[in-house]
Amino acid sequence: MTVQQETDLPTQAGSRSTLTMIQAIRSAMDVMLERDDNVVVFGEDVGYFGGVFRCTEGLQAKYGASRVFDAPISENGIAGAAVGMGAYGLRPVAEIQFADYVYPAIDQIVSEAARLRYRSVGQFTSPLVFRMPCGGGIYGGQTHSQSPEAMFTQVCGLRTVMPSNPYDAKGLLIASIESDDPVIFLEPKRLYNGPFDGHHDRPVTPWSGHPASAVPDGYYRVELERAAVVRPGKQVTVLTYGTTVWVALAAAAETGIDAEVIDIRSLWPLDLQTLTDSVTKTGRCVVVHEATRTCGYGAELVSLMQEHCFHRLEAPIERVTGWDTPYPHAQEWDYFPGPSRVGAALKRVMEV
Amino acid sequence: MSDYPPLRLHVPEPSGRPGRPTDFNYLQLCPAGRAEKPPVDVAPVDTRELATQLIRILDEDGCAVGPWATEEAPDLLLQGLRAMLKTRLFDARMLKAQRQKKLSFYMQCLGEEAIAVGQTLALRPDDMHFPTYRQQGILIAREAPLDEMICQLLSNARDPLKGRQLPVMYSYRDLGFFSISGNLGTQYIQAVGWAMASAIKGDTRIAAGWIGDGATAEGDFHAALTFAHVYRAPVILNIVNNQWAISTFQAIAGGEGITLATRGIGYGIAALRVDGNDFLAVLAASRWAAERARRNLGPTLIEWVTYRAGPHSTSDDPSKYRPADDWAHFPLGDPIDRLKAHLIGRGLWSDAQHQALAAELEAEVAAAQKAAEAHGTFASDLAPSAADMFEEVYQDLPPHLRRQRQQLGK
Ligand SMILES: Cc1ncc(C[n+]2csc(CCOP(=O)(O)OP(=O)(O)O)c2C)c(N)n1
Repeated sequence: MTVQQETDLPTQAGSRSTLTMIQAIRSAMDVMLERDDNVVVFGEDVGYFGGVFRCTEGLQAKYGASRVFDAPISENGIAGAAVGMGAYGLRPVAEIQFADYVYPAIDQIVSEAARLRYRSVGQFTSPLVFRMPCGGGIYGGQTHSQSPEAMFTQVCGLRTVMPSNPYDAKGLLIASIESDDPVIFLEPKRLYNGPFDGHHDRPVTPWSGHPASAVPDGYYRVELERAAVVRPGKQVTVLTYGTTVWVALAAAAETGIDAEVIDIRSLWPLDLQTLTDSVTKTGRCVVVHEATRTCGYGAELVSLMQEHCFHRLEAPIERVTGWDTPYPHAQEWDYFPGPSRVGAALKRVMEV
Repeated sequence: MSDYPPLRLHVPEPSGRPGRPTDFNYLQLCPAGRAEKPPVDVAPVDTRELATQLIRILDEDGCAVGPWATEEAPDLLLQGLRAMLKTRLFDARMLKAQRQKKLSFYMQCLGEEAIAVGQTLALRPDDMHFPTYRQQGILIAREAPLDEMICQLLSNARDPLKGRQLPVMYSYRDLGFFSISGNLGTQYIQAVGWAMASAIKGDTRIAAGWIGDGATAEGDFHAALTFAHVYRAPVILNIVNNQWAISTFQAIAGGEGITLATRGIGYGIAALRVDGNDFLAVLAASRWAAERARRNLGPTLIEWVTYRAGPHSTSDDPSKYRPADDWAHFPLGDPIDRLKAHLIGRGLWSDAQHQALAAELEAEVAAAQKAAEAHGTFASDLAPSAADMFEEVYQDLPPHLRRQRQQLGK
């Protein structure tokens, strides 16, 4: 993998550590809690215990319970309290334990956080981050595997972000916390401990073997609205994000097709230019995501590419996605869009 | 065959319907002066009685009686009377303007003026209210510029909210008035979050959350009480029980056989049930709750017992679901009349002064309306700019909105 992210910050001084995505996310919160007194971190089990995925471990001990604290099991309460804190002037980073459990908070996120700046003409804002582990590939079944990004990308006023590696996770989370717009920060939990290319029958590789695990210790940003070309290629563009970035890389390697793999990173608003430049160049496009197909975020990508690259397209745009079913348990690997399905799509678009 | 009779679904009904008078005994009123006044550091469970009784200060003769009565400064009471009267005249005039199609929609607070005005005067200017659409009294008590409020109602070129919001959904950060949302109940938990933030920062400001009886059934009400209790947030949680939520009687919201104030006790929150049409009781209870919050003693839930005297909104016709003369029979009367009687009884006010004040305020509202209409009325030529529609969705205009604005040709 090309560590394209390096180019985001040309002058990158200081020490680095080899971090997992969990540690990188924790480090981002640590850095921001240190830098800005208005940052507070809360959610279910995030305080003393440090989070069910350890993303907030040690933060309460370091910053105190008035900065990092446990919340009642009430997603509407967590989101609503965050909106109130934001209106006061804090920068809350609220955790929703699983993206599958964000639905009780949808009213507060859609009707309030996303609209507050607009409806008050900027008198009140929502500089909030809602972190939530998402995605499948972990035998999580129906309510520990969902990818609800399309529920958020269609909400005007929200930013939706999803990292695919430790370096981006920290830099994007810092940029999200600093954003004065509300950010839905989706964390593919299948990537927490190591990259995953969909070959579930092979041993898990830890992050330490990958360049993107070299994470600066201090403050840095990966800017929002900027996609990363993680594998330059000439034949076909793969537009993806999260876990399927790694799947796409595997599929390119296994098919021998010279695919340009783009990690969109900021799903909405997005870096349209990088995407259209690539599709204009390759003339072919495959969109890959774990989420269900119909009215998924991929439909918007297909539509945008069709609109902006129509005359350069040499084949119909393909989508490889989760099926239009709830996420099953036993059938995990028939559901998850793995490298063979993505590879087949790459071959199909090359055959046209 | 079952040995039990068939089960039956219970669907609460109000006693009064069009043509049939309401039996207001369900309110379980008690005489002025009866309720005790505990110290502000009372344990929440020890407010159980106060959550079922009714705190009232003004008796039938307009005298202030009982432990909650205090010697109020005449100036403050006159300020309250003025703000209440202004609110009522403002409502009446805007109702008329809606009928004349100068604005698309309006909501009065007829009969509920004492609550918002009284609490505002009991709080400090930098405390933050999270109101519903029926607390315009807060803005009037804090002397928001009337012409600007009317520009919001008219959605005209001077609308501070640039025509984006329905009429009455004001936002006045500088006056401690949070942006109103159309989604019921959402602001209740936000008030708690704001109060938590004040505590996190070691501030001394407190928040006031507002909700109607109907909206207490929303999940955010439950979340607000839970969070307020868990974090001992410095917040006053107001429930304005005006007996009606559009056409549904408060029993459908869960008020049958219990008081809404009692909800607080179950969450571990000190709770008061107060005569919402008794301006002195509103002041006294609000001060008590504010003191409690400011001393870090935690939240207070207050159920204000009042009556929604007017239609729910300009789109509503109450004669279809309740007796036409219901307000006239409501045992707690009219808040303005009651404060007026008290002031007259104390020799601080007179009918003539009242009439003169009404005339003065009427002229003030009329002048404000005229000034506002100079900048356009709803759907007139003087409308907010269409290009503005794309601003403030995000902090900066993202490329897709820039493109859409160009597509609109503005
Ligand atoms: C979440 C939501 N559901 C429904 C509505 C429609 N609605 C607007 S006002 C109202 C009644 C509210 O009654 P109540 O809370 O008692 O307040 P009141 O109008 O009496 O002041 C309803 C149902 C809404 N605005 N928001």
